[in-house]
Amino acid sequence: MSDASTTSVSRDAAVIEVENLHKAFGSARVLKGIDLSAGRGDVVALIGSSGSGKSTLLRCLNLLETPSSGALRLLGEPIPFRGEGAQRVPADRRQLRRLRARLGMVFQGFNLWPHMTLEANVMEGPIQVLKRSRAEARDEARALLERVGLHHLREAYPTTLSGGQQQRGAIARALAMGPEALLFDEPTSALDPELVGEVLAVMRDLAKEGRTMIIVTHEMAFAADVASRVVFLDQGEIAEQGPPERVFGAPSAQRLQRFLGSVSPSRGE
Amino acid sequence: MAERRLPPHRLLLIAVAVLAITLIALHMRWGWLVDYRDAILDGLWLTLVLLVTTSAAGLLLAIPLGLVQVTGPRPLAWLAQGFCTLIRGTPLLLQIWLLYYGLGSLFPYLPGMRQSWLWPYLIESWPYAFAALTLSFAGYEGEVMRGGFAGVPKGELEAARALGMHPLTILRRIWLPRAVQRVLPTLNGELIIQLKATPLVATIAAVDTYAVFGRIRQETYMVYEPLLLMALIYLVLAGLITLACAALERGWSDDSGSR
Repeated sequence: MSDASTTSVSRDAAVIEVENLHKAFGSARVLKGIDLSAGRGDVVALIGSSGSGKSTLLRCLNLLETPSSGALRLLGEPIPFRGEGAQRVPADRRQLRRLRARLGMVFQGFNLWPHMTLEANVMEGPIQVLKRSRAEARDEARALLERVGLHHLREAYPTTLSGGQQQRGAIARALAMGPEALLFDEPTSALDPELVGEVLAVMRDLAKEGRTMIIVTHEMAFAADVASRVVFLDQGEIAEQGPPERVFGAPSAQRLQRFLGSVSPSRGE
Repeated sequence: MAERRLPPHRLLLIAVAVLAITLIALHMRWGWLVDYRDAILDGLWLTLVLLVTTSAAGLLLAIPLGLVQVTGPRPLAWLAQGFCTLIRGTPLLLQIWLLYYGLGSLFPYLPGMRQSWLWPYLIESWPYAFAALTLSFAGYEGEVMRGGFAGVPKGELEAARALGMHPLTILRRIWLPRAVQRVLPTLNGELIIQLKATPLVATIAAVDTYAVFGRIRQETYMVYEPLLLMALIYLVLAGLITLACAALERGWSDDSGSR
């Protein structure tokens, strides 16, 4: 399945590399030439108003959406495509599954499987994809649930949990695969305000461990605090990017100034 | 809750029921039960076998029928949709007769058929009854399963794909269980309808519960007693189906055990 040459990316190679990526849904052009790369240990925050294309960009990174054109390298491997226009798909499905298994994803809507307990949700990937034994997967799942503070709820079904608990469970599910990078798609946008903190705390922890993370978020304070780089998307283009101090402290692009003004209550710390 | 369970009108209904059963038992003739006990049990057995086997086989067929309508490819989806439309749009009685009198009368003309191992079965009526009831259930449930598959939130499948799961694994572990979970509440009604469709096989000389009671009425010239008992039997069977489905739903709902 994974031989030595593909199991790890060399130290300085980018974990995720995007070149001139375009994405259109029918006639609507959502992404217009994105260049982006994230190295090992980078925490990249993607910000921008809704409709700016930031979620679409994130979903292109593990190919839940197929880019209309442009080059994509994941964990050092170029992704080949075949077909044209709406028929364009990744050419190598096995490669796709192999790479997805190494990129964790956390969704806005949690997307835990309601017919399984929390623990079973976390065990599912390791058992079905990584072919771990049940016992091994269970031990790992319990350790991860402990870590996100849900060990006592491991036998609970997702629908009985709060949004914050579900999202922490979903993070544990992603971590169970031992991913080399984590993609977060507005992980706190569906949460009640009082539940946002518990999820951000878990994510802050992960960032401190030196994990590679790409986070689509509206939490500017969090982005300023945790991100090593902030990327501002506007109308499908990267309008500004850089370290958070510069992007938030001295935004040069007018569009960014206007955007930060509109979200000012949570700006900075 | 306990004091609400038996309001006055319920008590009255219970009293009426007890009275009715007593009168029925004491004032009607039930002596024939002794002679026909074995025949009734045989008929009941065929009804149960037909119900269980055709529902199970029909459901198994319904899974691909529903799935291809959601996933494509287009030609297969059209084929499945056409099948469901055809089955649901024509009377079951017609389907049974087409299979038995139509297809059944063609078999003897196929060369070698009379000598084949299949022949002893093809001259019976139950294979045609089984086939017709199975196809009928598949047609209805195929449509139900289509809705079930389509109704599973896309995000749950995306989460599985994002983990690198193989499409067949996703179907087996996530999509199918979730679709079945969603259609379970409708299954109760569909099974009862299937139960009440089984008497149609009496028209092709299969001796099910209904056929047995038809014979009893002809032979004893009694009108009400056999009909009452037959009604009671179907009522009890329908009740058992409801109980079984309730148990199934409890065991497979969102917040209780899935395995």
